[in-house]
Parts: sequence; structure tokens; C-alpha cells
Amino acid sequence: MEEKKEEKKEEKKKIRVKMREQDPLVRARNFNEVPYGYVPDEAVEEAHRCLQCKRPTCKDGCPVEVDIPGFIGLIKEGKFLEACYKVKEKNALPAVCGRVCPQEIQCETLCLVGKKGDPVAIGNLERFVADYEAEKGEIKIPEKPKPTGRKVVIVGSGPGGLTCAADLIQAGHQVTLFEALHKPGGVLIYGIPEFRLPKVIVEREVEYIKKLGVELVLGAVIGKLHTVDELLNDEGYDACFVCIGAGLPMFMGIPGENLNGVYSANEFLTRANLMKAYLFPEYDTPIKRGKRVAVFGGGNVAMDSARVALRLGAEKVYLIYRRSEAEMPARKAEVHHAHEEGIEFMLLTNPTRFIDDGKGNVCGVECIKMELGEPDESGRRRPIPIKGSEFQVEIDIGIPALGTRANPLLTKTMQDLKLNKRGYIIAEEATGMTSKPGVFAGGDIVTGSATVISAMGAGRKAARAINEYLKWKYWDVSNLAKAI
Amino acid sequence: MFKILKKEELSDVVTLFEIDAKHIAKKAQAGNFFVLRIHEEGERIPLTIADFDRDRGTITTVFQKVGKTTYHMGILNEGDYISDLIGPLGIPSHIENFGKVVCVGGGVGIAPVYPITKGLKEAGNTIISIIGARTRNLLFWEEKMRKVSDELIITTDDGSYGRKAVVTVPLDELLNKDKDIKLVVAIGPAIMMKFVCKTTEKYNIKTIVSLNSIMVDATGMCGACRVEVGGETKFACVDGPEFDGHKVDFDLLMKRQIMYLDEEKIAMERYREKMGGVI
Ligand SMILES: Cc1cc2nc3c(=O)[nH]c(=O)nc-3n(C[C@H](O)[C@H](O)[C@H](O)COP(=O)(O)OP(=O)(O)OC[C@H]3O[C@@H](n4cnc5c(N)ncnc54)[C@H](O)[C@@H]3O)c2cc1C
Ligand SMILES: Cc1cc2nc3c(=O)[nH]c(=O)nc-3n(C[C@H](O)[C@H](O)[C@H](O)COP(=O)(O)OP(=O)(O)OC[C@H]3O[C@@H](n4cnc5c(N)ncnc54)[C@H](O)[C@@H]3O)c2cc1C
Ligand code: SF4
Ligand code: SF4
Ligand code: FES
Repeated sequence: MEEKKEEKKEEKKKIRVKMREQDPLVRARNFNEVPYGYVPDEAVEEAHRCLQCKRPTCKDGCPVEVDIPGFIGLIKEGKFLEACYKVKEKNALPAVCGRVCPQEIQCETLCLVGKKGDPVAIGNLERFVADYEAEKGEIKIPEKPKPTGRKVVIVGSGPGGLTCAADLIQAGHQVTLFEALHKPGGVLIYGIPEFRLPKVIVEREVEYIKKLGVELVLGAVIGKLHTVDELLNDEGYDACFVCIGAGLPMFMGIPGENLNGVYSANEFLTRANLMKAYLFPEYDTPIKRGKRVAVFGGGNVAMDSARVALRLGAEKVYLIYRRSEAEMPARKAEVHHAHEEGIEFMLLTNPTRFIDDGKGNVCGVECIKMELGEPDESGRRRPIPIKGSEFQVEIDIGIPALGTRANPLLTKTMQDLKLNKRGYIIAEEATGMTSKPGVFAGGDIVTGSATVISAMGAGRKAARAINEYLKWKYWDVSNLAKAI
Repeated sequence: MFKILKKEELSDVVTLFEIDAKHIAKKAQAGNFFVLRIHEEGERIPLTIADFDRDRGTITTVFQKVGKTTYHMGILNEGDYISDLIGPLGIPSHIENFGKVVCVGGGVGIAPVYPITKGLKEAGNTIISIIGARTRNLLFWEEKMRKVSDELIITTDDGSYGRKAVVTVPLDELLNKDKDIKLVVAIGPAIMMKFVCKTTEKYNIKTIVSLNSIMVDATGMCGACRVEVGGETKFACVDGPEFDGHKVDFDLLMKRQIMYLDEEKIAMERYREKMGGVI
């Protein structure tokens, strides 16, 4: 009897505490957040699955090295606020990262417990402590440091820019953050939908950074309103951090892509999220509510577009991807959610042209079947079209979601800034130093589309380097030379 | 928040705002536009910077009431505020001394053609301007345009003022008799720009048009504004808004402009109801 109980407990230990979620069929029609988050008991139970490893491998998987056993240990003891502060030592945006980090390829993939069952739900726990703090704790505003008299300008208010701003203001510098859009947050506000990352969370983080003393200027398109040279030479800024994301949408270059009803994923998501078109006509910005929608791609952007289309009332949403599900770069949790909600996956399929209804609107898409050939440079097996396998799908909305490129709007006004062949800024990995004295860069505009946490990591490294630079004002790009 | 310093009704449907926007005024150039959002629930709409005063730190915009946002702007008054103003955007007009230039403004297009005409005049060009509208009380800025032109031709569709003609009629005559004309700049409804281009094509005269496609961010991030120029897809907000008119696919532009016709109607009707007959 005793033995059996013990065994059951062992069995149970292999399975993580699930976050309760909205029912798939209900949530597929609303924009409320999908998971409810842990209650304290659930968090403590999950925290007990952590072995508190002496050499915690999980930490190696986190780009900002959150003290994972440290904060989970505090949850075990019921010290939720302390646990949150522990995370915040390394990660300024735990409520965001807990929700959107691809944990299955970062921290959780290296968790020891994961060898025998589910890894510890590090992301869920991180989210729990952050939400707990927001609900229960007083947001602590650290004391104002001694002013250094130095001024830094940051361009772009995505996760990278926000992190860098927070770090620099706490080092005593004066910080101005310019954002092109009318709302701060970058992809967190215009790209990732409400049901995955409620906008109040982003707003809360931005408020915090403002309270620290960062001057936030919205609707300021740098390169147009001011150039970086003007800011550095005429406006008295000592250094600049460029973190403008990779916001240029990619189209597929197939016929019919400019028909009405074909949206870039960026436009579709910006209308829905930033402009709140899902609340039209209460909000003024319109969006086409398709009955049959096809989204092309297999990343987070594609998954988000498909699930937004569903919530706008589509009867059928197809996710058309040229490789197989194993190759999809999207967060696994979101692929799973998309399946549950009834998104139809059409794998190993590629679109060849959009079909015109004769009035300039899209009414269908022609696709071709693919098979997987030899691995390509990325190590993934290259999809090859199967001759004669073309078929048509009836749609009224098509959304290419194939990733993004570097937007040249700002960089083309900086002649002495070295870019790589694809237009991304060349910057030193450890410092963010670029070829232009006083200018640092990081996030998607350096790496290409990556993750929230890696942009934050870049923001933090740049803040550290800027801090050093402001002491000596010495520009040594010898390492950068190697990077080029 | 940006304060409206001056409001002037230019016609029944066209209104002028002078807005306090120091930073934008400092950087504005002919051919630039800006984006505004009137309030938290508002749409982002692009409007041309029709004039600017760097000393006073103001920009002027002239807008035609066509839908929810522009009608709402129409009821705002001096002293009221606009929530967001983003600019200057777009590539400025290419201004140099070409020699003799014809500037064509149709309807509300007179406003955006004015700063370009002024710039070209200041650069030493000889300017013949043609401004046209459906009827007399839709015309505005006659005197302003006259001041920056060597010759001004006025047309109305119904003959209530100036010549009874569409703008392409005097344009064709001019191009036919005057072989010194080096450039035509035309801004107005897409259909007008299309026919201006058809006219100038016959004479092989370079023609610049400004494309008013639907926009969202206006920084190259969404692709809502895409147009086809010379068979290539371009983003009007960052690659334009001015393009070589002979290469533009106007039919596509016009189709894309009416993409949200149904939604715009809903928004307008709802707004009319809410305002209880004020507009
Ligand atoms: C739909 C979508 C879903 C995603 N889902 C995930 C996910 O689940 N997990 C994850 O880890 N990552 C996800 N990503 C990727 C992640 O969001 C990005 O890697 C990250 O946001 C990059 O941060 P950043 O600070 O470099 O730039 P961004 O977040 O792109 O922010 C850049 C900011 O700079 C502003 N800007 C640009 N040019 C100028 C200028 N000239 N002047 C002033 N401001 C300017 C932009 O308006 C923007 O606000 C997703 C991306 C998208 C698009
Ligand atoms: C570069 C540029 C410069 C412009 N300059 C001027 C100007 O100086 N004066 C002026 O009166 N108008 C100008 N326009 C057009 C102006 O933006 C539209 O009239 C305005 O958006 C209409 O909004 P609405 O809500 O009042 O009407 P709606 O009912 O929403 O729309 C009426 C029509 O306006 C167009 N439109 C709607 N939404 C947008 C949008 N977000 N972006 C662009 N067009 C849209 C559509 O073709 C639509 O059919 C310009 C457009 C562009 C692209
Ligand atoms: S920040 Fe992301 S990667 Fe790091 S521990 Fe938290 S969830 Fe894991
Ligand atoms: S590896 Fe897993 S079990 Fe070990 S400390 Fe990290 S989270 Fe806990
Ligand atoms: S309006 Fe978004 S790219 Fe031009």
C-alpha cells in the first residue's frame, strides 16, 4: 500500500502542474488571455518539482542568466515577492518573458527533471511571481542615483530599448527614449496579440520605466524628425543605442499579392493589436473579417495571425507551411494552442499565386505540394515542389507571415554606420558597439528576427558598455573589425 | 498633444488647420506629409504638410471631409488638441531648376501641390499652374497659387468659375503649343492623375504624381500602402509618396483605395447618429 502511494507520487512528479486555460472553443472567439496562470498552491506544488540542483543547467539556457533555482526556492517557501525580486535582478520584464520566451528551447530544455518527464515549468513560475507582484506588491521605485550629467538617447521602445533605458537611468544618466509609433513597447504592443500578452502588462512595465525618470517621446520617427548625428552633435547626447527591430514585412513575390484582402502579417497584426481594429467600429481602424483565411508561414508571427483571424470570426483558418510541423520555428505552446482552437494545418504546401475575383479582391490561392529533400545550410531539410501537384483553396483573406527584414529608414541616414549585406547593423556581440563612434545597437536590427529575451539581453549588454564608454569616451572597435 | 492654432473653412468640404508642431516644422520640406490620430480610438490618417512656418513652429494642413476622421476634424476648433502628430514623413519633392514646369492641382490636391509649386518657383523655374474643381465653391488658394506661378489657369467641371473643362484640357493645349515644358507635377484624385499621365505621355513629358494610398504606420512597417510602379511593388509612405506617373498602376491604386468602403460607411453612419445631425 505504502509502496503504491510512493510510486504514484513518483509518477505525479513527472508531470508538471498544468495552467488552467480558457476552453479552446470559447477562447477562439474572444481576445482574453488563454491561460489563467497558477494560483499560489499550484505554484508551490510546481516549485516542489525543482531539485534545486547544485549546478543548475537550466540557467545556461537562459540568455540573461536568471537565478532559476534561487527564485523557485523562494516560491517553495511561499516568499513570492522575494522570488519576483530575485528574477528581476536579471530580467526586468518577467511578466512578459514568462509568457513569451520559447522556454522549450531555452531554460526548460536543459532542466534536469526534464530528462525523466516534464521539465520544471520555469516560464509559468516566472509569470506567476511577476503577476503576484503586480497584484499584491508595492512596485518599488529605487532611489534616484547621483546624476552623472551624461545624456543618452535610445531609438526604439521594444524590449531591447526598454531594458537599456531602465539600466542606464539607474546608473544616473539622463535618458531619452524615442519611439516612432504612438504607443511604446515595439512588437510587444503592435505584434503579439492581447490573448497571448495582455497590453496592460506592457503598459505597466513602461509606466515603471517612466517613473524611474526616462523621458519617453512617442511619434518620433528618428531619421526623419531628427537624425542620430543631430542628436549627438547638436542636442548634446553623449551616446546612442539603436534598437529599432526588424520591421520591414517580407512578401512572397508571387502573382496577386497586391490584391485587396492580402495583408502582410505586420499590417494585419498592427491593425488588430495596436489600432484595436477588433473593436471596430468602437475604434475607428477597420480590418477585413474574412470567412476563409490562409496564413503562410510557421513562426510565431504566422501562429498569431491565424489565431487573430479566428477571433475576428473566420469560419476556416488554414496555416500553410512549406515544411513539416517539426520544423516550425513557433513556440511549441502556441502551435499546440492553434491546433486546439481548430486552425487547419496544411503542411508541406507552398502558395504559387493568389486568384483575383475580377474586382481586385482575392478569392483563392493556388498551392503546390512539397516534399523534403536534402538538408540545407540551416540543417533543415529543404522543401522541393512536387510537379503537377497544384491545387486551389478558396479564401477571402491571405496573410503572408514569412518574417521580416531590416527597415532602412533610419540606417540610410547614417552613412558611417556599417551594415551587413542584408541591411542589418554590424555590432559587437558583447557590447553593441558599431562602426560609428558613440553609437551602439542591439536586438532584431542586429541579429535579424529573434526573441524578446535576446533583445533584452542586448539592451543590457549595451547599457553596460555605454556606462563604460561614458567614463572614458574612448572608442575601440578592434573587436568589431573581427566581426566584419 | 498638438494644439490647433488656426481654423479656416476654405469651402463647404475643405478646412485648413494651422497646428503647433515645432519639431515637425523645423524639419518639414515640400512634399512631406504627416500622420495624425485625433484621439485614443482614432485611426491614423496621412495628410500633406501644405505649408509650414519654421519661425512660428507651425504646420498647415488642408483636408477634405470625406469620412469619419476628417468629419470629426471638421468639428474641432481653434484651441482644441490633436492626440498624435507624426512627421515629417515621405521623401521630399525633388526641387531643382528644370526650366518651365506645369503644376496641376485638382480638388483638395491644390493644397499639396502648393508647397511644391512654391519650392519650384523659388528654385528659378517658370511656372504655369492649373487648378481645378468640380464647382466654384470647392476651389481655394487661388491667390496663394497665383503668387507662386507665372501663369494660373482655373477650371471647373460645371463652368461656374474659370474655364468649363477638366484640367487635362488646358494641359493638353499647353503641351501642344509650348515645347519648352520640361516637367509636369500633378496632385489630385487618382483618376485625375491617371488622365494627366495619359495626356503627358503623348508628349513624352516627365510627370510626377503623389500617391494617396491607404496607410497605417507610414514608416515602412506594414505594407498597407503598397503600389505598383514600373511593375515593382513600392511602399508609398517610404519610397514615395511621389513617383514617376508614367510608371504607376493607377487602376490598382484605385482598387486598393476602396478596400474599406463598407467599413467606412458603417463608421460614418454610426458617427452621424452619435452627433445627432450636427454633421
Ligand atoms: C507577431 C510576433 C510574435 C512574436 N512572438 C514572440 C514570442 O512569442 N517570443 C519571443 O521571444 N519573441 C517573439 N517575437 C519576436 C520578438 O518580439 C522580437 O525579437 C523582439 O521584440 C525584438 O525586440 P527589439 O527591441 O529589437 O525590437 P522591436 O520589438 O521590434 O521594437 C523596435 C521599436 O523601434 C521602433 N522604431 C523603429 N524604427 C524607428 C525609428 N526610425 N525611430 C524611432 N523608433 C523606431 C519601432 O516602432 C518599435 O517600436 C515575435 C515577433 C512578432 C512580430
Ligand atoms: C501621402 C498622403 C497625403 C494625403 N494628403 C491629404 C491632404 O493633404 N488632404 C486631404 O484631404 N487628404 C489627404 N490624403 C487623403 C487622406 O488621408 C484621407 O482622405 C483620409 O484618410 C480619410 O479618412 P476618413 O476617416 O475621413 O475617411 P474614410 O471614410 O476612412 O475614407 C475615405 C477615403 O479615404 C481614403 N483613406 C481612408 N483611410 C485612409 C488611411 N488610413 N490612409 C490613407 N487614406 C485613407 C480611402 O481611399 C477612403 O476610401 C492624403 C493621403 C496620403 C496617402
Ligand atoms: S527569462 Fe526566459 S529563458 Fe530566462 S528563465 Fe525566464 S523564461 Fe526562461
Ligand atoms: S535544472 Fe531544473 S531541477 Fe535543476 S535547478 Fe534548474 S529548474 Fe530546478
Ligand atoms: S503605411 Fe505601413 S508601410 Fe506604408
